[in-house]
Amino acid sequence: MSSSVAVFLFLVLLVVALVLTYRPFGDYMARVFTSARHLRAERVIYRIGGVDPDSEQPWPRYLRSVLAFSLISVLFLYGFLRLQHKLFLSLGFPGMSPSLSFNTASSFVTNTNWQAYSGESAAGYLVQMAGLAVQNFVSAAVGIAVAIALVRGFARRRTDKLGNFWVDLTRTVFRILLPIAVVFAIVFVAAGMVQNFHDFHTVTTLTGGKQAIPGGPVASQEVIKELGTNGGGFFNANSAHPFENPTNWTNFLEIYLILAIGFSLPRTFGRMVGDKRQGLLIVGVMSLLMAVSFGLIITAQLTHHGTVPTAAGGSTEGTETRFGVPQSAVFAAATTLTSTGAVDSFHDSYTSFGGMITIVNMGLGEIAPGGTGSGLYGILILAVLSVFVAGLMIGRTPEYLGKKLGGREIKFASLYILTTPACVLIGTGIAMALPGERASMLNSGPHGLSEVLYAFMSAGNNNGSAFAGLSVNTTWWNTALALAMLIARFLPMVFVLGLAGSLAKQEPVPESVGTLPTYRPQFAGMLTGVALIVVALTYLPALALGPLAEGLH
Amino acid sequence: MTATYTERPAVRARAPRTPGRVSGGLLDPKQLWQSTPDAFRKLDPRTLWRNPVMFICEVGAVFTTVLTIANSSVFGWLITIWLWLTVLFANLAEAVAEGRGKAQADTLRRAKTDTMARRISGWQIGQPVTANLVSGAESVPAPQLRQGDFVVIEAGQLIPADGDVVDGVASVDESAITGESAPVIRESGGDRSAVTGGTRVLSDRIVVHVTQKPGESFIDRMIALVEGAARQKTPNEIALNILLASLTIIFLLAVATLQPLAIFSKANQPGVPNSPALDMHGVTGVVLVSLLVCLIPTTIGALLSAIGIAGMDRLVQRNVLAMSGRAVEAAGDVNTLLLDKTGTITLGNRQASEFIPVGGAAANEVADAAQLSSIADETPEGRSVVVLAKTAYGLRERDEGELPGAEFVPFSAQTRMSGVDLADGRQVRKGAATAVTAWVRDGGGAVPEDVGSTVDGISASGGTPLVVAERVHDVPRVLGVIHLKDVVKEGMRERFDEMRRMGIRTVMITGDNPLTARAIADEAGVDDFLAEATPEDKMSLIKKEQQGNKLVAMTGDGTNDAPALAQADVGVAMNTGTSAAKEAGNMVDLDSDPTKLIEIVEIGKQLLITRGALTTFSIANDVAKYFAIIPAMFAGVYSGLDKLNIMRLHSPESAILSAVIFNALIIVALIPLALRGVRYRPSSAANMLRRNLYIYGVGGLILPFAGIKIIDLIIQFIPGIR
Repeated sequence: MSSSVAVFLFLVLLVVALVLTYRPFGDYMARVFTSARHLRAERVIYRIGGVDPDSEQPWPRYLRSVLAFSLISVLFLYGFLRLQHKLFLSLGFPGMSPSLSFNTASSFVTNTNWQAYSGESAAGYLVQMAGLAVQNFVSAAVGIAVAIALVRGFARRRTDKLGNFWVDLTRTVFRILLPIAVVFAIVFVAAGMVQNFHDFHTVTTLTGGKQAIPGGPVASQEVIKELGTNGGGFFNANSAHPFENPTNWTNFLEIYLILAIGFSLPRTFGRMVGDKRQGLLIVGVMSLLMAVSFGLIITAQLTHHGTVPTAAGGSTEGTETRFGVPQSAVFAAATTLTSTGAVDSFHDSYTSFGGMITIVNMGLGEIAPGGTGSGLYGILILAVLSVFVAGLMIGRTPEYLGKKLGGREIKFASLYILTTPACVLIGTGIAMALPGERASMLNSGPHGLSEVLYAFMSAGNNNGSAFAGLSVNTTWWNTALALAMLIARFLPMVFVLGLAGSLAKQEPVPESVGTLPTYRPQFAGMLTGVALIVVALTYLPALALGPLAEGLH
Repeated sequence: MTATYTERPAVRARAPRTPGRVSGGLLDPKQLWQSTPDAFRKLDPRTLWRNPVMFICEVGAVFTTVLTIANSSVFGWLITIWLWLTVLFANLAEAVAEGRGKAQADTLRRAKTDTMARRISGWQIGQPVTANLVSGAESVPAPQLRQGDFVVIEAGQLIPADGDVVDGVASVDESAITGESAPVIRESGGDRSAVTGGTRVLSDRIVVHVTQKPGESFIDRMIALVEGAARQKTPNEIALNILLASLTIIFLLAVATLQPLAIFSKANQPGVPNSPALDMHGVTGVVLVSLLVCLIPTTIGALLSAIGIAGMDRLVQRNVLAMSGRAVEAAGDVNTLLLDKTGTITLGNRQASEFIPVGGAAANEVADAAQLSSIADETPEGRSVVVLAKTAYGLRERDEGELPGAEFVPFSAQTRMSGVDLADGRQVRKGAATAVTAWVRDGGGAVPEDVGSTVDGISASGGTPLVVAERVHDVPRVLGVIHLKDVVKEGMRERFDEMRRMGIRTVMITGDNPLTARAIADEAGVDDFLAEATPEDKMSLIKKEQQGNKLVAMTGDGTNDAPALAQADVGVAMNTGTSAAKEAGNMVDLDSDPTKLIEIVEIGKQLLITRGALTTFSIANDVAKYFAIIPAMFAGVYSGLDKLNIMRLHSPESAILSAVIFNALIIVALIPLALRGVRYRPSSAANMLRRNLYIYGVGGLILPFAGIKIIDLIIQFIPGIR
């Protein structure tokens, strides 16, 4: 089978798998968040936490719950990382430094999983399992909960109640993430991923050399790394490591898991607002952006005119020969279009245009399909802005799903789209202005600039992947990136929940032929245009001095 | 006594109306020139900061001025001049829009002369107005009148304050406020009792109960409204301003944080010589400001307030006064229109359709008498009688000159009859059934039995009966009945179809019985009707619609309409109506034309569409500007970036200058559009969006590429620009 046929089959299978997942999984998630029943395990949790699962929260309380939970998570994880040497299963690793602990704790709680450390040389198994993996579950669940609260804002009328955060969080973990994680962990173990508590084995290789082979509870963490769009690898090499990604078909499954929730949540949205076409439009725009992004990366990677790429038939540098260039490109598109940040190839080694697309993907705000939950609320915010402009153009006070978009709603949406560019641009600007921090760049010139831009783009969009080529385990970088991650994660949540609160209060306007049809291709075009022009163009000046300067000769 | 009068205010011209298209006043180039001083005055940062986009522009212009003074160059000066022009053009747009309102306000002010009022005291409503009372009236300056005072006004005098007529009937010249020269009747009681200060009584004497507070007269409010003094930002405008401000901040960040990246890049290529765009200190201030001004949404930022002012102005041109911009926006959102049948759907005047003889009279006799009695009757009803006599009975049209010695009796509110006394002693009368039969009985004549049944039959079918009678040799007798029928206005069906396509439901309100109402509703093509409607029915209909979160618009004139007008989201009170109705509504139609409601809805929509279209245009423009400026700034450092110069602009300097000039000129080019509003054709939301997306979205992407290229082709010849 020629490699192009293989890639074609790979893509077709991926699309078919996602299409088949969309309806049942989306409907299932809608049921999870609308059902009145509590599982016994959930009741136990509620009793321990002192939560009344049947009482609902208005938006400020929902927000306070989100922030309180996340603050406690950061503090807990920080302590855990600092003190890991005093706990068991530490493999003898020392506690992390204060700035690295702060960075790592912020990173995992914000669903970013930016790693300024190497898993195999800094984190013991207990930290990996009980600290980092737990956050992989709950940080993903927090994103989904906030997205569901926004959906409820659209779906509900004349109420200030957006649901109960603790219930949404618990149900996401118990009914969505855990069952899938268990099933796929077993599959991954079967595929050859390790799942044990063994220390490093030293083995003698065929050529007589010595090699330390790590063990660890890898498979269990690998599933949620992808499913929860976390991306924090057990090992430094992330999904390029054979223990994290043993075969071609685990590579396929990992990409599938990265995209599964993101691409199915629009169905949940359509279901909950009672108009499945609305979900279809959102998923359509996500797919379009994803297809374009993938097409551009693969073209850039396969048609580079350098001597070596031409000889090799593509830019193979930094890719795993097991996966090849095209599959790596799919993984790269998937991981940067969601907030995953896992990698099975190294974006730093990509052609300048291929690398640029990964930056633009994140710059879009990760909406195609985006992180668990955060992708849905991100694209819904852009839809709100698109509806606002489109609604004016048809001569009515703009309304989306019957909810009027007035000053208050636009204020929240505007602040949302302001936050991430502010984090990314200010961070990059300061880093480039400080000579000491510039020294962290391993490359000079435009490529070095791309590395810095990538770092802040990744932190500011809670992606977590790195362009590499930047020594970031310094106090300044750890602190600056941690702040970027925290601000860019929680400030937007404030605005999303605020928007949800003011939408839920409204009585919907009845639909008529005078209503903007937000389920037609024309609106999809408008939404895509707004995403590209309003969001992506913000970064064009910076891109011009980085990857564009490097790529255009 | 009244003080001296100034000359009568000029009658304001009305914009010609084309059905289905809201037209607006065209921009007179003279207005641009006249508004220039105002545009300069608006440069004051204390007023400009309210418009964040243009404020940033001005700060940028000040910055480049300082930089260029310190480091003079042709390029720097040209950029500086054009940045200032950008701000000036924005101010000019607003000044022109306001200027139009000011002209109207001046016209109105002339109506506000210092009138002396004649206040009567010790009088109560219902008492006779004696000559003593009138002569004993106390003379006070109009501004000293208080709510509740009674004033007496005689023919030729100006009405000193707003109020209701409580005694007498008068014809009033209201041209000062309505621009309509034909006098109108104002009478005590009923729904035509309201009078407006500044209008003139032409005949008779009336007593007016003052309802306004001093300084809050209708004319005062009108002046404030058209001048824009009372203008507050509308909800949509506020929302759009927020969006524009946040886009401005994003671009401000993008430009400000570019500097360290540029310094790094320049230092990375030490061999590259300094250029006017980039030196070792990074991008030069002038170029950085140019990039910023080009990226922030200046086009919509510059025109936003002009669009709002012009929208109100378009209403004023149609003689509609909106008490708030909020009401105008609400008009665009209306889901249900409640329309009074008479005057809106049907011609206010009914037309003769049939002559029915009674009491054994011949049909020809009826036709002849009906025609004679209508010769001097210039009302549409009267004309229609003459036309029917000619078409159905072949009676030749006669004019007044053919009847020497004839004396015409005009219609009056008291007699409710009109007719003619011929030279040979024959008298002919037509009028309301009760009035004419009373005239016949009083003259000793008998009224045939079939008069009652015929009249009732016509009334029951929704028509209006007019009884025709004559008196020959002092014996009066009833000849027959004229059947006046409702005639649905031409083009109404099409308009209602348009409304339906826009998603607006039309409901006809009528006092007719359900059968008649259904017939007319079917003929006119409205979606629904409310027959035998009482004010309470109207009110409950509005509430029912609003419970489904629908917005309702209606017109009304009577005091009993006031609660419904207040309840409706858009309540248009007729100027002929009572003060209570005018207080309750949020708009007043000076022409008292209920059909206007449809135009008001269209103007409301057009206002929003203009804002949306120009926002889209403004944002779409950024793409081309990026392609002009980014390569101009950085192609010197990284020569590959010249590939982004897809317009093949002459030089970095000419490219940046062209983008800045385009950015400024597009504002001036769009001022007429902002004032006139974008073209609006009623159609479904999907069609309208497609059309506007193509024109302003795709057009906004493409046009600046062409515009910047053309400007570049010209300015490359300026000496000092490389």
